[in-house]
Amino acid sequence: MIFDHDVLVIGAGLAGMRSALEAARNGADVAILSKVHPVRSHSNAAQGGINAALGEGDSWESHAFDTVKGSDYLADQDAVELMCEEAPADVIEFEHMGVVFYRDDEGKLGTRAFGGASQARTYFVGDITGQALLMTLYDQILKAGVKVYEEWFATSLYTEDGACRGAVGLESITGELHLLRAKAVVDAAGGCGRLYEPSTNALICTGDGYALAYRAGAPLMDMEMVQYHPTTLAGSGFLMTEAARGEGAYLLNANGDRFMKAYAPNKMELASRDVVSRAEATEIAQGRGVDGNVLLDVRHLGRDVILKKLPQIHEVALDYIGIDMIKEPVPVRPGMHYMMGGVKTDVQGATSVPGLYAAGEVACVSVHGGNRLGANSLLDTIVFGRRSGKAAAAYVRSIERARGGSALLRSEQERLGALLARPYKGETHAKVRLDLATMMDKYVGVYRDEAGLQTALDELKTLRRRYEEVAVGDKGRVFNQALQFVLELGYLLDIGETVIRSALLRKESRGAQSRTDYPERNDAEWLKHILLTRDSSREPRVSYLPVTITRWKPEVRTY
Amino acid sequence: MQFTIEVGRYNPEGTYAPSASAPQEFPVPWDKAPPRRYQTYTVDLPEHAVVLDALIEIREYQDESLAVRCACRSAICGSCAMWINGHAHLACKSKLQAFTKDGKTRVESPPSMPVIRDLVWGMEPFWKKHHAVTPWLEPKQPVPGPREEYRVANAAMDNLVQEVSCINCGCCLMDCESFAINDNFLGPHALAKAYRYAADPRDATEKQRLGSYSGNGGIWDCTHCYECVQQCPKGVAPLEQILKLRKMAVDAGFTNNAGTRHADAFAESVRESGRLNELTLMPKSTGFFNIVGQLQTLPSAINMLRAGKLPPIVHHKIPGVQRIKTIFQRIGGRFKK
Ligand SMILES: Cc1cc2nc3c(=O)[nH]c(=O)nc-3n(C[C@H](O)[C@H](O)[C@H](O)COP(=O)(O)OP(=O)(O)OC[C@H]3O[C@@H](n4cnc5c(N)ncnc54)[C@H](O)[C@@H]3O)c2cc1C
Ligand code: SF4
Ligand code: SF4
Ligand code: FES
Repeated sequence: MIFDHDVLVIGAGLAGMRSALEAARNGADVAILSKVHPVRSHSNAAQGGINAALGEGDSWESHAFDTVKGSDYLADQDAVELMCEEAPADVIEFEHMGVVFYRDDEGKLGTRAFGGASQARTYFVGDITGQALLMTLYDQILKAGVKVYEEWFATSLYTEDGACRGAVGLESITGELHLLRAKAVVDAAGGCGRLYEPSTNALICTGDGYALAYRAGAPLMDMEMVQYHPTTLAGSGFLMTEAARGEGAYLLNANGDRFMKAYAPNKMELASRDVVSRAEATEIAQGRGVDGNVLLDVRHLGRDVILKKLPQIHEVALDYIGIDMIKEPVPVRPGMHYMMGGVKTDVQGATSVPGLYAAGEVACVSVHGGNRLGANSLLDTIVFGRRSGKAAAAYVRSIERARGGSALLRSEQERLGALLARPYKGETHAKVRLDLATMMDKYVGVYRDEAGLQTALDELKTLRRRYEEVAVGDKGRVFNQALQFVLELGYLLDIGETVIRSALLRKESRGAQSRTDYPERNDAEWLKHILLTRDSSREPRVSYLPVTITRWKPEVRTY
Repeated sequence: MQFTIEVGRYNPEGTYAPSASAPQEFPVPWDKAPPRRYQTYTVDLPEHAVVLDALIEIREYQDESLAVRCACRSAICGSCAMWINGHAHLACKSKLQAFTKDGKTRVESPPSMPVIRDLVWGMEPFWKKHHAVTPWLEPKQPVPGPREEYRVANAAMDNLVQEVSCINCGCCLMDCESFAINDNFLGPHALAKAYRYAADPRDATEKQRLGSYSGNGGIWDCTHCYECVQQCPKGVAPLEQILKLRKMAVDAGFTNNAGTRHADAFAESVRESGRLNELTLMPKSTGFFNIVGQLQTLPSAINMLRAGKLPPIVHHKIPGVQRIKTIFQRIGGRFKK
């Protein structure tokens, strides 16, 4: 079937729903396409909170400076300024929509401290901030009557005369392919944690949005900047929120020392994420780890604080490794967490492909640069979600309805049909995905070097060849998850290649990119963004963009 | 460690290839479930593994045709609710060891819900109910300025966090005994949500809300079976929220309904005689002049008579009933008379 709308939003996380809500408020006929029900989106996992300079004595300039410094000066300062300036009103808007934020004694919004911040400016709901925001926003979507195609999976974007005019969606419950035409598309399909093992991300974070836009001709920027979170639970990789350290948790090595004093004597555990992750990796590598982990200790906070402010991680530790944090420290290690890079957009969310917008984790404005500060990502989703929705609604006013697309629908049907018909020769999506993700962690993780990255690129080629052999182990139509997983793996392979290539290109250490062969930051040559544009016939095209600097000259980063 | 999993399978497009285990007909406890059969798998996993680990292991390495919803693996996205050994649980929060009974763990779609395929079931009943309670804030006017929050005490927010912890998994609804016999019942999760908005000091429509939740299918249709409290993986305890709503509704004057009359009749009978007069309870609840309503209870009365369950015609007071009256006086409030 063919459906027509003004604006089609792919993704129903915070960025997608915020974008849709704004587009609807601005008079557009908007629909959301999401491969899972909106409230299952990964935004629900955000535990710690959301940043805004709302408090007395705080200023958006201070927030912006922390963000720029945290980014290791790779963030574009105009975009950062804008985000931090608009943050208070955007957070307050969610309060007005009903989010039950924590309050101080005067009944005003209360804060907690987060890594890399000079002030406590993180607003929160226990340790379920993302869930609270997401649910409130979902209810606003219901109230506004926005159409949601839920459990529909985008297989490709539809472009007409070089402009993006919709997407092809696979309806899980029937197994049917449909063409969703629109005058503008907002790509808000979230992160790509499944590219790494271990990762704090959900199984649905397969980077579909990066690959969809990349295949439609939009460049990907800062893809080498992959954030490792310093405290993920041993084994499963579940996130132990930074709020734990915000509340005063210690990181200990095997000798029981707070080792951060050797790496960040002032900020200690609350230094920025890349700094803490590297410190842990070094401690573990030098033999001061505990079975490949360090220890996160909250015992001194006391039972009440733990149960009141950190209930979620207390429960996770108890459920998944049987440790009661009130009584014992938990083993943690750095694990892949967030993608700073993404589809290059301007501050309105527009990509270089007309009609295609992007927002949220999948986008790169760039406000996070080389390293994202905790609690800045939720902020990014709602500020740029709103901005992209508004811009898309304005854009569609002067655009005619698309008429074509049935050829694409047919070719997608054939592509999927061929995939389903592929005979089984021993390769499965699960095996190839695991090998890919383990390989990425090994060579493109916390520390990197030329030889390792080159190996990664070679291995990726082998994995691509294996991918061509992967068969779909389910031949049915209704809820054929295997088919979806195979398609997702195809997306992951595309993104993996851009991450490796960008990491190879950047011959310096900055933010999350830590090259042992180029250990220093090199502003003279590398104060710039790397962009990759797909070229179907050969290697991706490389281009560079200067970093926008408005008021803060790059300085040495110490915490 | 070896674990054996028995999965209730269903495929609307036809049957699955026969498995090693002998197919077994699916017992249908509630009449909504279509025919399914069980398939047995064995997995080798660490001892602390959860049911979802087993299902993912099967789906990835043994049988790609097994359909199961999951995303977060850590009890936060609400995707993986299903029946495990005949009760509602999250697969990602249920330890295999704890759920192994007679050497195996049995998982299936809940029979109270429409099944789509295997462990994937239809959430429409759940979301319809959610939508029916006006699940959004109707902001109290004037809304503060763009840089200003509503000033409310943290305790008022804290009071709502219990419901805000709801992950919309559906465990409560799928095992709710009132829902099992009455599709019209709004259900535990939606009524918990209803409380969350009615009790939000920033909401302008408390009264309208309480009125609408007091009607048919609302707060008085819950039978206190406690399933929702027991099965909720997030401590939302929907029944507790329903009881708070009832109190709010009665305090706001919404007493002209079967539920409140039932509670009143209950209290009156105990206060006056020390025990429950079941014979007058029903007419008092439906309303003495509600002839149609009373006639509707007749079939149940006849059934009860047949089964020898009809209460005695003559209702006796217990000795020392005065002391019971004193208790009512002490408690005070609406039932003291
Ligand atoms: C464990 C964890 C904790 C975090 N804590 C914090 C925190 O405390 N503070 C903070 O600021 N940030 C935090 N983050 C980061 C932050 O949560 C995410 O970056 C952010 O929520 C991403 O939101 P999003 O809207 O971009 O994407 P998501 O919420 O991931 O949504 C993506 C959407 O896209 C849809 N989609 C994807 N592919 C397709 C497709 N092919 N077809 C159709 N639909 C598709 C999905 O269904 C989903 O609805 C955390 C992240 C993790 C993993
Ligand atoms: S206590 Fe009430 S709402 Fe909860 S499961 Fe039982 S009948 Fe349903
Ligand atoms: S109340 Fe509990 S059981 Fe019910 S949907 Fe919410 S989290 Fe699940
Ligand atoms: S997988 Fe998210 S709740 Fe179980």
